[in-house]
Amino acid sequence: MDLRRYPGFRAMTLLCLVILYTPLIVITVYSFNASTSITTWGGFSWRWYADVFTGPEAPRFRAAAWNSLTIALIAATTATLIATAAAVAMVRGGRFRGKSATFTLINLPLMVPEIVIAVATLIFFSMIGLTTGYLTILIAHITFCIPFAYLPIAARLQGIEATYEQAARDLYATRAQAFRLILLPLMMPGVISGYLLAFIISLDDFIITNFVKGAGMETLPTAIFGSVKQGIKPNIMAISTMMLAVSVLLVTLSYFVNRAGQKTRA
Amino acid sequence: MNRLLTTAAAFACLAGAAHAEGSLSVYHWFEYIPQELVDKFTAETGIAVTIDTYDSNEAMLASLKAGKLGQYDVAVPADFMVSIMAADGMLDTFTPEEMPNLGNIEQQWLDVYFDPGRKSSIPYQWGSTSYAVNRDVYTGPIDSLGVIFTPPPELAGKINSLDSQNEVLILGSLFLGIPQCTTDREQLKALNDMLLAAKEGWASFGSDTAKDVLVSGDAAAGMIYNGFSAKARAEGANVEYAYPKEGHVLWMDNVVLLKDAPNRENALKFMNFLLVPENAAAVTNYAAYTAGVKDVAPFLDEAIKTSPENNPPADATPGVFAQACDQETQQFYDAIWTNLKK
Amino acid sequence: MAGFAPKTGAEGTGYTRIVGPLLLPTWAMIGIFLVLPVALMAVYSFLTKEFRGGVIWDFTTAAYDQFFVTRGLFGDEPAAIEWTYIGIFWRSIWQAGVATLVCLIVGFPTAWFIATRPPASRQLWLFLITIPYWVNLLIRTVSLKFLIRDNGPLNESLMGLGLIDGPLPLVNTNLAVQLGLFYSYLPFMVLPIYAAVERYNFALSEAAADLYASRWVTLREIVLPVVRPGIIAGCILVFVPSLGAFLAPDLLGGAKTFMIGSLIEEQFKGSQGNWPFGAACAMILMTLVMIVLIAYARQQSRAEGG
Repeated sequence: MDLRRYPGFRAMTLLCLVILYTPLIVITVYSFNASTSITTWGGFSWRWYADVFTGPEAPRFRAAAWNSLTIALIAATTATLIATAAAVAMVRGGRFRGKSATFTLINLPLMVPEIVIAVATLIFFSMIGLTTGYLTILIAHITFCIPFAYLPIAARLQGIEATYEQAARDLYATRAQAFRLILLPLMMPGVISGYLLAFIISLDDFIITNFVKGAGMETLPTAIFGSVKQGIKPNIMAISTMMLAVSVLLVTLSYFVNRAGQKTRA
Repeated sequence: MNRLLTTAAAFACLAGAAHAEGSLSVYHWFEYIPQELVDKFTAETGIAVTIDTYDSNEAMLASLKAGKLGQYDVAVPADFMVSIMAADGMLDTFTPEEMPNLGNIEQQWLDVYFDPGRKSSIPYQWGSTSYAVNRDVYTGPIDSLGVIFTPPPELAGKINSLDSQNEVLILGSLFLGIPQCTTDREQLKALNDMLLAAKEGWASFGSDTAKDVLVSGDAAAGMIYNGFSAKARAEGANVEYAYPKEGHVLWMDNVVLLKDAPNRENALKFMNFLLVPENAAAVTNYAAYTAGVKDVAPFLDEAIKTSPENNPPADATPGVFAQACDQETQQFYDAIWTNLKK
Repeated sequence: MAGFAPKTGAEGTGYTRIVGPLLLPTWAMIGIFLVLPVALMAVYSFLTKEFRGGVIWDFTTAAYDQFFVTRGLFGDEPAAIEWTYIGIFWRSIWQAGVATLVCLIVGFPTAWFIATRPPASRQLWLFLITIPYWVNLLIRTVSLKFLIRDNGPLNESLMGLGLIDGPLPLVNTNLAVQLGLFYSYLPFMVLPIYAAVERYNFALSEAAADLYASRWVTLREIVLPVVRPGIIAGCILVFVPSLGAFLAPDLLGGAKTFMIGSLIEEQFKGSQGNWPFGAACAMILMTLVMIVLIAYARQQSRAEGG
């Protein structure tokens, strides 16, 4: 018997995907709706895509999408680096003073409700004289992304025996070599998981961003929030569909790059 | 850390420099100004406009208080919020010479209680809050707030309430015929009990979603702003806006000149621009409320000009503005609202 | 079963001496940009509220008093325990608990399934789980609402198939809220569990099978203890944020009752404008979560220390 397979697990996964993707199908389909209202189908049309690129709000959307993607990229990368270092210290560092305090500290961004972080951070920034803008958004995002990156990485690390590294060190590998050649490859699935979570958390944030952003600085969530809350508009669905397309494109690309990489190595 | 602060300071300088070069920073409600109008302003004056948005008067106040005062030139608070901001010293004043178009304001909106003589603010749009019903579901009379607070069987469980303490409690008070900001125990208890009973017939609370739930059919009736009701109708929902005999709520949003505005001159230009009838009309055509500016009629869309939501019948009970209660009294209302949603 | 858990001892890996430098970025980042602001909020919770937002620098415990003690609507009845806010907290905790359980029940098999795919396609599956999250949460929630409303596609198709006679009332129910929370947080359960399961050594299962353990006994007795860190990480990542969630309760549940998130939101962004009370609610929430986390961390480090 194959111990990797459990009855129902595949079905559960497929159910997951159905639930995750059905609302997106709605968005994609209605982004091609010629009518302005989501309740009526007015025939197929590209007009909302044209609107996104040439409509009166086009420059705003473009800037917002750029800000969102770059902030998410930088914040997730930085948070993942910080979290990886923290996870190594927490799991491989033995017992040290303040360990549980540090654990709490790392998880603090999860514990404080977003609106409280938003108001408190804004007050703090203005107290220390930091002008709100791209940088303040970035700082706030890196901070709250840390636990989302940390938890999967630490969970992974806890499952990796120290014996591999100990063996490497016994064979005169430096700590850096042991990390790069042994530990990092082993913990990669955790790092990727953490990175992905941090990325989508940053991409999604509205409340905190809305408070700490400077005047005129928009991310996608702040740019579209109003028009979604009052009833989602077709041009917003067009933007969302394009975001999905970009993500699918990136994923496909990375898949093929990966495969090519593996082939050359083999 | 030091480097970080230096970078931040550099950013700050850059931002400061940008402000000096003909820009304007507006703090506005979302979905409340047509982009075309903003572009027109930029075309006429060469001033680049950035707009940040908020979703409630209080959210705007909170973020200004938390440190954003000094970043924006103008904001758009409602009547009662203008007095709160004025009392907090968050508003700047202008002279009539600085606002040549002040004379375009309709007489009734010049000497308003929240800004007598219009020294810090100009009208943006005004409107009313009442309720609307879906006529496909309910065909009975809609002459009373009882339709919302003691709903007929057809509407029970299909009503959306606004998720806004002020408006719900004032509508409730109007229904019971008790004054705003009362401290009378019996009256407050009656209001509390009436709302708790009324909630049984409500499906949801939502302010931003008030239009959407009517259009989608999630709710068959709901408290709503007149402009939202007009938009719901325009989007195909068979809704009728009510002018109940007990009265309805009136409100006015105003463009205020903020204290420490980084581009005061440009802010004044913008406010003047908004007082030009054609421009005020453009906002009205977009938001479906009413401009407080004279001679807008020729520029209004026919549908807006004649809409039942903007033209109450002659015999309708007049609406009332929200009063700002004092702190002592306000806490009773806070308690009633918390009780309603606990 | 603890014996099956791999040893994660630090001996000989050389990290014990650089714990400080490794943790420094975390301490600096969270310490400066979160602990300081939150400490400020802690102070705010003991200040006098300024009418309609803001604080007055007069120390008072009024906010905590408001949370725990009631003196009736008019403030002249004998003091009694205020159940209103405790009730709101309890409801939120319960709701977040259910959401976490549902995410775990669905998320674990999903994570397992992905971890047992051929290595090359695992990343693809992970991306598949996270791609939907490139679309903003608000948009996803709104379109979920569109799907499940009385005359929405779900009900229409079920009725079209003749499975139900009338529409299932889903919008504005707790079920819808749960669906929304599930939809908001699923990957936060799947990814950490995946990271742990991917490392699982299937030789352990084979050994158990050789000893005549059934599939499910093996899962419970052998697998779960090994992948436990992943499960706990996932539970933290789903439970804690859903405590303060308000998009799903508001949009899908109809916002008929306060949740912790909307209660606090109201204090800063609503008419009540009571910052000290909002701050106090946040401090109480934080304390509750912190107690649980510290207990977990203590137990964890005791387990490691042997």
